[in-house]
Amino acid sequence: MAAIAPPRENETPPPAARGLGTGERPPGVIADHIFRWLALASGLLVLAILALIAYTTTKNAWPWFKAEGLGIFDDNWDPAKGQFGAGAMIYGTFLVGVIALIIAVPISVGIALFVTEIAPRRLRKPIIYSVDLLAAIPSVVYGLWALIVLTGPLADIYSSVSSATSGIPLIGDLTAEPSPTGLSFMTAGIIVAIMIVPIITSITREVFATTPQPLKEAAFGVGATRWEMIRGSVFPHSRGGLVSAVMIGLGRAIGETIAVALLIGSSQHISAHIFGPGDTLASIIANQFGEATGEQRAALIGMGVVLFVLTIGVGILARGVVARYDRKSGATL
Amino acid sequence: VSAVITPAPGASQLAPRPRSRARRVKNVIAAGAISLTFLIAMVPLVFLVIYVIQRGSAVISSSFLNDDLPFVDRLPGGGMKPAIVGTLLITGAAALMAIPLGVLGGIYLNEYGGKNPLARLIRFLAEVMTGVPSIVMGLFIYTLVVLNTKERTGFAGALALACLMLPIVIRTTDQMLSLVPSELREGSYALGSRRARTIRTVVLPNAAAGIVSGALLAVARAAGETAPLLFTIGVVRETNTSLFHGQNTALSVQIFANATSPFVPAQDRAWGAALTLIVIVFVVTILARLVTAFFSRRQTA
Repeated sequence: MAAIAPPRENETPPPAARGLGTGERPPGVIADHIFRWLALASGLLVLAILALIAYTTTKNAWPWFKAEGLGIFDDNWDPAKGQFGAGAMIYGTFLVGVIALIIAVPISVGIALFVTEIAPRRLRKPIIYSVDLLAAIPSVVYGLWALIVLTGPLADIYSSVSSATSGIPLIGDLTAEPSPTGLSFMTAGIIVAIMIVPIITSITREVFATTPQPLKEAAFGVGATRWEMIRGSVFPHSRGGLVSAVMIGLGRAIGETIAVALLIGSSQHISAHIFGPGDTLASIIANQFGEATGEQRAALIGMGVVLFVLTIGVGILARGVVARYDRKSGATL
Repeated sequence: VSAVITPAPGASQLAPRPRSRARRVKNVIAAGAISLTFLIAMVPLVFLVIYVIQRGSAVISSSFLNDDLPFVDRLPGGGMKPAIVGTLLITGAAALMAIPLGVLGGIYLNEYGGKNPLARLIRFLAEVMTGVPSIVMGLFIYTLVVLNTKERTGFAGALALACLMLPIVIRTTDQMLSLVPSELREGSYALGSRRARTIRTVVLPNAAAGIVSGALLAVARAAGETAPLLFTIGVVRETNTSLFHGQNTALSVQIFANATSPFVPAQDRAWGAALTLIVIVFVVTILARLVTAFFSRRQTA
């Protein structure tokens, strides 16, 4: 594009013409090239960092991958016995993620609808800002607050729910053996839910806002109430965007570390009891890496690799959904 | 609330049949439930902030802000100065690395790459990279830097935070630059400016407010991070103002360490550190909002 700029009067011809004996490069050409390459190099840094993450972590985790093979998925974590299966942590990661999504998605969709369809226009900015404040609070502060303030009352709630539902098939299993300390999958899931509400809300809000006005007016035109309009016009139009918002929320939830490390109770077994303690990939790394040596350290780095692959996979899938949806409806996210 | 749930003006005349009571009731319930979700989300925010202010303000004093960490954490006394200095130093160093590189990367994406395959790939990966968990960044810098230099330093922590900030800054810059009208660039070319000069004197100043605000939000997020620092900066009892020599500490790490302590003085220190950290994060966040607000007022004027 630089070539489009007409040369200034005092400018000498471009370098290609140097052979003709006119002399030096025009001012700015070298700076132009340097700047271009600097910009390109900074862009390529993203590629380089992602490749380096994959390389150095996999390299340091290799003893674990080699020694365990498919055993990395076993439910047998016990460093004292030299058993390093990560099955329980992978399970815990998804269980906390699912609990967080079940709580966070309805709330986020509700807030997004509140902002786009119900709240008065002048309240929209303040509402958006206050929801974003939820994301500004550091994870470790959520963890501290929940640990000292919430776990006690939650433990009481868990034990009463558990005794009320004991004996009911399936639900009774889920709620059995509540943790007396309140540290559990559920507690971690609740706090992670609070933390992922802002991101899911902001994506769904943008998706809802793309619903064409005529589509909404048509619904009102045939006599729909506001709720019927939302169900008939906004939701069907936003389906693809909603799926990707949920996926991105899941990606954030499974990577959440510090609050979960404080709240999940550190128990490395696959268990259906959501009121009991567990562990996730991220939380076990945070809690055990400091004292780990040898294969345990390799295993913990390896769990970082598993987490990296999971989050990248979920992220790519989420963007894939958006891309497919974009092509179908022509809407942009 | 009743004004909120009445249908759009004119809709009722066009309705093919009068609304049944059941449909109206359903509408009111739905509107109420939707409004309620916002309140539900605000409950933890309000309770948490009030609680942190209550517990934290009881602890914070001039000695809390100026003293070294205590020798024995179950006894009262001691301060958080090393952690406050560490947080500011490490986050500042991370910002100094990530913001210039991120802005340059964003310039490549919007000004040079545009829609070419490489730019699209980088844009896609930058988006994916924002989803990489912070603990993975911590492990990455541990394996890449700490294992090679055999030393935990503030700089290693800053590198990990910079890796978290970089994709955010790249994406913000890319988005903000794409809002700059192309007529401005063409005008600059027509006057004979080369591309680098055009970007420096015309494009960047026009997008500056958005980029600064986005970068500040990234800084705020990084300042609160714990996981990337856990294995990279080590721990220190006295203030260490050097990024490259010796271990360091940070507010977030101190909160994490003290939160699980059964001793009340240690928990108190955690609350004091939490309030200090929240103040730092909120100040940066509000600064970002002010930059945006100032900019949009100037635009409309």
